[in-house]
Amino acid sequence: MRMTTTENLRIKSLQIRMDLLKLIHGAKMGHTGGSLSNTDVLTALYFHVMRHDPLNPKWPDRDRFIASKGHSVESLWCILADLGYFPKEELSTFCQFGTRLIGHPNNKVPGIEMNTGALGHGLSVSVGMALAARKDSRPSRVFCLMGDGEQAEGSVWEAAMAGAHYKLDNLVGIIDRNRLQISGSTEDVMGIDPLDQKWEAFGWNVVSIDGHDYDQLVHAFESAPQVTGKPTLVIANTIKGKGVSFAENVPEWHHHVPNDAELQRAIDELTAAITNQDEGSVTTHAIHS
Amino acid sequence: MQSIPNRQAMCEKLLELAQTDRDIMVLTSDSRGSAAMAPFAKQYPEQFVETGIAEQNIVGIAAGLAHSGKIPFVTSPACFLSMRSIEQIKVDVAYSGTNVKLVGISGGVSYGALGMSHHSLQDYAVTRAIPGLTVVIPADRYETKKLTEALVKHEGGVYVRIGRNPVEDVYESEDYEFEIGKAVQLNDGEHLTLIAVGETVRIALDAAELMAKEGIHARVLNMHTIKPLDAEAILSAARETGFIITLEEHSIYGGLGAAVAEVTSSSCPVPVHILGIPDEPAIAGKTSEIFRHYGLSAENVLKIAQERLAKKGQ
Repeated sequence: MRMTTTENLRIKSLQIRMDLLKLIHGAKMGHTGGSLSNTDVLTALYFHVMRHDPLNPKWPDRDRFIASKGHSVESLWCILADLGYFPKEELSTFCQFGTRLIGHPNNKVPGIEMNTGALGHGLSVSVGMALAARKDSRPSRVFCLMGDGEQAEGSVWEAAMAGAHYKLDNLVGIIDRNRLQISGSTEDVMGIDPLDQKWEAFGWNVVSIDGHDYDQLVHAFESAPQVTGKPTLVIANTIKGKGVSFAENVPEWHHHVPNDAELQRAIDELTAAITNQDEGSVTTHAIHS
Repeated sequence: MQSIPNRQAMCEKLLELAQTDRDIMVLTSDSRGSAAMAPFAKQYPEQFVETGIAEQNIVGIAAGLAHSGKIPFVTSPACFLSMRSIEQIKVDVAYSGTNVKLVGISGGVSYGALGMSHHSLQDYAVTRAIPGLTVVIPADRYETKKLTEALVKHEGGVYVRIGRNPVEDVYESEDYEFEIGKAVQLNDGEHLTLIAVGETVRIALDAAELMAKEGIHARVLNMHTIKPLDAEAILSAARETGFIITLEEHSIYGGLGAAVAEVTSSSCPVPVHILGIPDEPAIAGKTSEIFRHYGLSAENVLKIAQERLAKKGQ
């Protein structure tokens, strides 16, 4: 059953944000800024766009999601738990001794396809999955989320070449373009603009959107492939730390852990955002279209 | 007797197996010629992927294919495949548990005259240190064919090293027991054991023959699987013969010799003489010339055995 309105997705993402802040606060570690910046992308994919089934995670015709940007896994853990891929109580084990909910995607957990975390790997793997889906005439699409700092890895461009060479229109690359990486601004650390022109020159169909606007997110993901015979790259312009006013665009929140007061303030802000524009209850059913 | 190169033997077997197994795929990094996979590319274009000169990408793509049920054989020069894409091998293949067969071609000093950039003399050291990865090196064309068949059935990531040049046969046919992880005893003897791998197995057999003429009887083990290592065969050899010489086309650091010594040191500490390439950029030349330069020859193995046994007698 699909969530019917983008407003519902927005509210769901606010709840996920609260969950991930509690997760990081409880574990006393985590990547706060990046998880908040990609929460809307993941919410759109998992609660509306992708064909997947928490009761049958290995369903062969499912769409695949690869978190190439593996370090902001907190939002993903909260979403998978919310969807019922594993019990929600398990979230309390995040980053604790012996847990499977480690600080990067881990395919021992249902719903995770591949182990990621080392940057620059995900798109190559996604190319392989998209090739396999085409060879097997499956309807599956592959969504690969990359960081903008990750674009400095040469292997990203090896995979970009291959995706275009093999005309993989079942492949959607997404860049979480929040313009900050651990050492500061992406353009100061290693300039990557003009990002759209680079990917276009590599043979991709490129769309640039507001990565927090659900109408734009859903439209971009649902309408891919927009060009037959070309993979699509969605540049999702986001704000690192999005949703928590005092974390937004602050580089230190890359892996800053909220203290008790900060957590409370953040929860208050997110709660206010929900109640201000609540249009009703939020369904959390899996999508199996 | 010179036969066909092992890379060609692998292609022949893959051509045969792909007739019935449509999941087998071959990937090359602008290396279909050097991997001897051009016939496969021609005959099974739907089961062939070219990535261009991109060793990180080729491993990632193979992991993605394997994740979707394919059996990908990545055939790429060993020097680049084993080192340049080692992180993809660690994360996308071993850690993620994907069924990728990584075939390092023209391994060891196959590209003898091209120098250290093209030699792969550290590949066992790095690949065997990765949890979950199997590491195998076939000795001749027959073993390469047996191995190729076993690889298709084997579930999990494997690194295979194969040489470039034709090598003398070790076996007479494919008619023998081959199992990944189980050494093949080619000769029995009580005075010492020669443990060899890949193209040095032939040298070990020749050495055993020379020794026999001198009244020295050597056990010869073909340790085609570096990982998981056949510890049982090694410990029996240590207990029953008391002295081991290892032979390999690899750095003396972290290869077969080191692996054998790791096993014997805790359970049955006998002397292990490790013959391989010392800690230097290997000298340039033909493979046979390089082997001879570093003492990877039947005559030198005989000499080492004689010296050791003379000491023992004192």
